[in-house]
Amino acid sequence: MELTFEESRKLAYQIRQDIIQMLDFAKSGHSAGPLGMADVFVALYFHVLRHDPKNPKWEDRDRFVLSNGHICPVLYATLARADYFPVQELKTLRTFGSRLQGHPHRASLPGLETTSGPLGSGIAQAVGMALAARLDNKKYDVWVVSSDGELNEGNSWEAIMAASKYHLNNLTLLVDRNNIQIDGFTEQVMPLEPLRDKFEAFGWHVLEVDGHNIEAVVDACNEARSIFEKPVAIIAHTIPGKGVDFMEFNYKWHGEAPGHEDARHAMQELRTLQGKVEPE
Amino acid sequence: MLNPDLYLNLNLFDAGAERKTMREGFGQGLLEAGEQNPNIVALAADLRDSVSMTKFAQKFPDRFFEVGVAEQGMVTIASGLAASGKIPFTGSYATFSPGRNWEQIRTTICYNNVPVKIVGSHAGLLTSPDGATHQALEDIALMRALPNTQVVAPCDVHEARKATLAIAENGKPTYLRVMRPPIPVVTTDKTPFRIGRIDAFWTSKKPRATVCAIGDMLYYALCAAMELEQEGLEVEVLNVATVKPLDIDAILTSAKKTKAVVTVEDHQKAGGMGSAVAEALSQTYPVRMKLVGVDDAFGQSGTPEDLILHYGLGQKFIAQAVREAIASK
Repeated sequence: MELTFEESRKLAYQIRQDIIQMLDFAKSGHSAGPLGMADVFVALYFHVLRHDPKNPKWEDRDRFVLSNGHICPVLYATLARADYFPVQELKTLRTFGSRLQGHPHRASLPGLETTSGPLGSGIAQAVGMALAARLDNKKYDVWVVSSDGELNEGNSWEAIMAASKYHLNNLTLLVDRNNIQIDGFTEQVMPLEPLRDKFEAFGWHVLEVDGHNIEAVVDACNEARSIFEKPVAIIAHTIPGKGVDFMEFNYKWHGEAPGHEDARHAMQELRTLQGKVEPE
Repeated sequence: MLNPDLYLNLNLFDAGAERKTMREGFGQGLLEAGEQNPNIVALAADLRDSVSMTKFAQKFPDRFFEVGVAEQGMVTIASGLAASGKIPFTGSYATFSPGRNWEQIRTTICYNNVPVKIVGSHAGLLTSPDGATHQALEDIALMRALPNTQVVAPCDVHEARKATLAIAENGKPTYLRVMRPPIPVVTTDKTPFRIGRIDAFWTSKKPRATVCAIGDMLYYALCAAMELEQEGLEVEVLNVATVKPLDIDAILTSAKKTKAVVTVEDHQKAGGMGSAVAEALSQTYPVRMKLVGVDDAFGQSGTPEDLILHYGLGQKFIAQAVREAIASK
């Protein structure tokens, strides 16, 4: 059953609360990226991807690759809310014996297409999956989320060139353009702009979208499916730490988990949509 | 004497004995594997011909991917192909793959446990004139330290072909080490090969030392065995064609007879085949050991003969190590 966009927005806020609670339990992990990508993940898992949580190995499923594995709290929370595994399990993040490893491990959890964490290798793996789909005459599409910072990695651009060479129209890359990385703002650490021009120069079709407008993200993904000649990069502009006032735009929260008191404040903000509504 | 049960090349020690490249065997094996299994694909990083993938590329153009000078891209694309049911062979020089792209191999292939075959060509000092930058002397160490891997290092053209066919079907992340120049053909088409099995290529009635040799060094070890036999020192020479999983039973059986083991490899002593044998024996049946290999040094340009002599790897050094190992018992 497909959610309405209003329900989807609420679900994204629920997922943000899951993220804060997971990080509060785990006492380590990344905050800003997961919060910033909640809307994109709801768009993908509840509107875009052809998948079946009850049959995660369905051979015609769309493949989803998370390249920047460190934002896995948003992936885990989304998979749980999509019924891949019980929501209760989210609180085991980063603990001994958990299927929710600190960075995602393919063999541990249903629904994961690959292991990630070391940056820059996800686009290439998605290229491999897209090539395999073509060899097997499969109709599935391959989706990959990458951070903006990891575009510093040469491995990313090796894959971007290969995708263009092989005209992989069954491949779509969503770049989380949140402008931060661990050491600071992307344009100070290692400038990426003009990012759109870079992708275009490498032979990709580029779309840009407000990464917090779920409907717009869904539209962009549908458009990406319809582009026939080229691989598509969707540059999703997002606010790091979205939904938690003291985290938004602050790169210090890239690799930090909130302390218990911070987590309490964050939960209060998320429950009230940053003070816009009364808590339920 | 050369083990009569293994159908070895009996003309091996003749002047003008046949020499061929392991790469040629790999290329032939890849072609045959591709004919047998439609899921076999191959990726090259601008060294297609140099690593002998051209036959495969010509026969199966849709299943061959040229990624350009991009070893990290090559193995990560291969990982995605393997996650989707393919059996990719990636080929480059061993210093670049698994040298340059080791982390990608670790995370996206070995931790994912997908059956990508890393073929490292131009391994060892035998890469000769290209110099130290292109002579991989650390690749066995890099690959055997990774969980889920198998590490195979054939001794000649025939074994390279058989090893390629075998690893195509083993379902595991696998490293295949091959060398650049023509080297003596030790085996024949009929010589048996199995991953994880070590055979004694030189046997004696009362061996006093075991020589474990790998790759191009097997030939030199067999020459040393002959030299020693003429002195009245009998040895057994094992072909360690698989470093991982190591056939410890075969090594133990020999070591229990001889109580002295010499290992020989065209690789750093640290972390190589000799280390693997020492790790196993020291914990099960400690015996006197001598490691022959490159001793914490980089290579340099030269002919194979120059380099083998300079770095102390050839027949003379193997024979000397055996004498010392026996004397120290």
